[in-house]
Amino acid sequence: MLAEIGHFALILTLLVAIAQAALPMLGAIRGDAALMAFGRSAAALQALLIAISFGCLMTLFGQADFSVKLVANHSALSQPLPYRLAATWGNHEGSMLLWVLVLSIYGAGIARFGDNLRVTLQARILSVQAMISVAFLAFALFTSNPFERLFPVPLDGAELNPLLQDPGLVFHPPLLYLGYVGFSVTFSFAVAALLEGRADPAWARWMRPWVLAAWVPLTCGITLGSFWAYYELGWGGWWFWDPVENASFMPWLIGTALLHSAIVTEKRGSLAGWTILLAILAFSLSLIGTFLVRSGILTSVHAFAVDPERGVFILAMIIGATGTALALFAARAPMLRSGALFGSISRESGLTFNNLLLMALTAVVFLGTFYPVIMEAVSPTNKISVGPPYYNLVFVPLVAPLLILVTIGPMLSWKRDDLAVLGKKLLVPVAAIAALLAGLTLWLGAAQVVAALGLALGGWLVLGAVLVLVRRWWSAGGFSWRLVRTTPAATVGLVLAHAGLGFTTAGIATMTSFAAEKILVMRPGETAVAGPVSVTMLGAEEVDGANYRALRARFTVSQNGNERALVSERRIYTVSGSQTTEAGIGVSPLGNQYVAIGDVQQDARGQGLVVRIYWHPLVGWIWFGGLLMAMGGAASLADRRFRIGAPQVRSPLAPNLVPAE
Amino acid sequence: MKRVLFILPVIAFAGLAAFLGFGLTQDPKELPSQLIDRPLPEFVLPGITDAPGGGPGLASASFKGEPRLLNVWASWCAACPQEHPVLERIAAEGFPVYGIAWKDKPEDSRAFLARYGDPYSGMGSDFPGRTAIDLGVTGAPETFVVDKKGRVRFKQIGPISPEVWEGQIRPLMQKLRAEA
Amino acid sequence: MKRTFLALALMLATPAAAVLPDEMLPDAAQEARARAISKDLRCVVCQNQSIDDSDAPLARDLRVLVREQIARGSSDAEVRDYIVARYGNFVLLKPPMEGDTLLLWLGPFAILLLGGAGLIFWQRRKPVATPDAAPLTEAERAELDRLAGPQD
Repeated sequence: MLAEIGHFALILTLLVAIAQAALPMLGAIRGDAALMAFGRSAAALQALLIAISFGCLMTLFGQADFSVKLVANHSALSQPLPYRLAATWGNHEGSMLLWVLVLSIYGAGIARFGDNLRVTLQARILSVQAMISVAFLAFALFTSNPFERLFPVPLDGAELNPLLQDPGLVFHPPLLYLGYVGFSVTFSFAVAALLEGRADPAWARWMRPWVLAAWVPLTCGITLGSFWAYYELGWGGWWFWDPVENASFMPWLIGTALLHSAIVTEKRGSLAGWTILLAILAFSLSLIGTFLVRSGILTSVHAFAVDPERGVFILAMIIGATGTALALFAARAPMLRSGALFGSISRESGLTFNNLLLMALTAVVFLGTFYPVIMEAVSPTNKISVGPPYYNLVFVPLVAPLLILVTIGPMLSWKRDDLAVLGKKLLVPVAAIAALLAGLTLWLGAAQVVAALGLALGGWLVLGAVLVLVRRWWSAGGFSWRLVRTTPAATVGLVLAHAGLGFTTAGIATMTSFAAEKILVMRPGETAVAGPVSVTMLGAEEVDGANYRALRARFTVSQNGNERALVSERRIYTVSGSQTTEAGIGVSPLGNQYVAIGDVQQDARGQGLVVRIYWHPLVGWIWFGGLLMAMGGAASLADRRFRIGAPQVRSPLAPNLVPAE
Repeated sequence: MKRVLFILPVIAFAGLAAFLGFGLTQDPKELPSQLIDRPLPEFVLPGITDAPGGGPGLASASFKGEPRLLNVWASWCAACPQEHPVLERIAAEGFPVYGIAWKDKPEDSRAFLARYGDPYSGMGSDFPGRTAIDLGVTGAPETFVVDKKGRVRFKQIGPISPEVWEGQIRPLMQKLRAEA
Repeated sequence: MKRTFLALALMLATPAAAVLPDEMLPDAAQEARARAISKDLRCVVCQNQSIDDSDAPLARDLRVLVREQIARGSSDAEVRDYIVARYGNFVLLKPPMEGDTLLLWLGPFAILLLGGAGLIFWQRRKPVATPDAAPLTEAERAELDRLAGPQD
């Protein structure tokens, strides 16, 4: 019964969405308040109906109702409850329903929190949002119905892929979807602006919280995904430039550009066309990412549905959404009023170059991901692959100037700055980092100059973030706790985000150059060394888990005089027979010790267990940095100035104080 | 001039959409062969009988004088039982089919043939897998069409279906027979 | 701490492997070369992994093949060419630099250079100095705040 209710709710939602797509737009054109108000009610209704539908599906998964085909294929009686529930989105059909759920929640959000938007703008935004809903709902209902029944009902299901039976599955997809789908809102803002013919500072101000609302969960989702791959896959990789990973990274890069471009449009009215284009591209890249993952057009370790027919449907959606938006852009954008002029050395010009660099970086990831597809058409007999070596050679040189710019940007004044003034501000930080670089090169040796540069860049970023606060205190005439408490949330956001970027850079540089490894066969009582880590095997025994049997090996790991115990397992899942490795990871702020066992093997001294030992210095900083960036975004989101209508509290301390961002 | 800049994105997108659409019709995992129109790589493989050394096997030098099919298969290959009846039909029609058992223990290969039939005019066992690497094999079954001069002219990835036999391979074999 | 870093600096290895101990070459330098080459070779039967990362039997065969060739004295380029001769450019994770792939390798740099040049050009054409408007009076500022919300 639940499956039918869920299915019916989904059909009703489609009908509501169709109405919401047509009527508010009509109301905006005609100035009909009632039709526009209908958009708000419809959005709320849509969200309610989808929530019911999704709730039904999740309940079916929780109950392990194998009469529903989807549940039978992705769940089993022995599967623990959290993974039975998370399996709702651990498959194509369920994740499409999650997509639609998030889409409708954002739509309801626009209706609920957008009371200060121009009524016509809000109505158009809700309309565009509903058009996207219609496309996805149709896709779900006609090609990927999650509520299909299965007869005869099997006694047990085919369990969820063991790699997915992990806390990561509970959080990673929902976070990513909040990100991808969140950019649908900014897309709707952009299209609505083009339709209205206006993209003024007010429009950018209203849009900014929504950019952050998408960017923050996307940052968390990508960080979590990287962390999940690290501890799950058994050998410590954290980014593989896999097409599906790239599919999440591209919207993130463009989303970052959008965030900064929107700041310029909000403050100065400039770069409106560029902001609109970025908003269109961000969501388009989300759609292209969905296409990539589900169509089978590229091979990937992450691809979870390979169906060219579904691919055709999604491609049609992309052509409809992106094609229409870009055509509208070509027609309408030239007519947008350009904003205030700015000098060649100014905050605006800095952010313009920021845009350009981020777009070039996105181009790297895009070309790398899709070039094999392009080559298939251009020269079919010469199939190529694009892997990490390409990205390392092209992405890294292009990101360096961006990272340097990140610290310089906040130092620039709006409208017009002076090279001499800028030079003075740069003197201390450049000297400090140059000294750091020299010190590192001496310490690490000339062979590790790349690592030294990476670490110095990380320091440059963190220093730059701290300097934003220092300059604020300097202008106020000195440090005081009152000053700290009245720091604008958006400034806190900038500091945290840019510092986070520095930590991530330092972590990556260190991991790339100084990770250590040892692979060998070990028997109980033996010791092996990888870098500063010394590992002694204590013993191995067989153990039973909830739905698996495992070989568990125990180790004592010592480093710098400190000892700890680590355990690694090799699991075989009873239902599917798949094997996974669970690594033992010793975490510390300066690095992780990582031990993973393999199968039984012979070496010169007899039979033993394959053991891989790794030392991963500063790897945690990569994700710590990601977390800081997300926190920065969240802090910016909390800024009082975004709550339109909130009274501004002028700081009594320093009336001349200008917000650093 | 400015107008042109604004049209660029939609044009670039149109190009991309065309490539993506075309890409949907292709299989990203299928690897075109590097051997087309090149000589068959040299190999000398033992046979699969239980005699010591495997008995008479298969050598690349023997692929001269007549066009032949070279089928790479294994007892562990899931699609091979499907393909087998087609191979038997090909042999019955008078076209020679030779086989290489890839990474397969001879006793397993023999058991497979006993169960499904033996259409092969000759067999080699490539347990270490080196010859398969020389042939650029990425999975089983794969079949090569070799002409009178010992050159590879065609590679079929995956099982040969009756349609592929009638539509592509048999016409090619007939043409190769007529060649000088 | 300093010692740790020094010790680390001496280790060249990188973190990713499906290599098994029984495949590894006894000579550390040769083994390091083999690992580096393996990381750049694609496992053709896998979902987008290098032969160094993959558990597949064919990946293992290729890893052993690479090591045999190195032990026999082939250069890195010769080993790569050997495998490309059999599987084509598809097996290289670093795409070749040829006519067809120029867009891939140079595209992003071109975007940056052309875009940057375009921006600088566009900057030059517009008048940079605009006289600032007279600052707002208190009454005007209050009116502005009332109309448009708090200003920065």
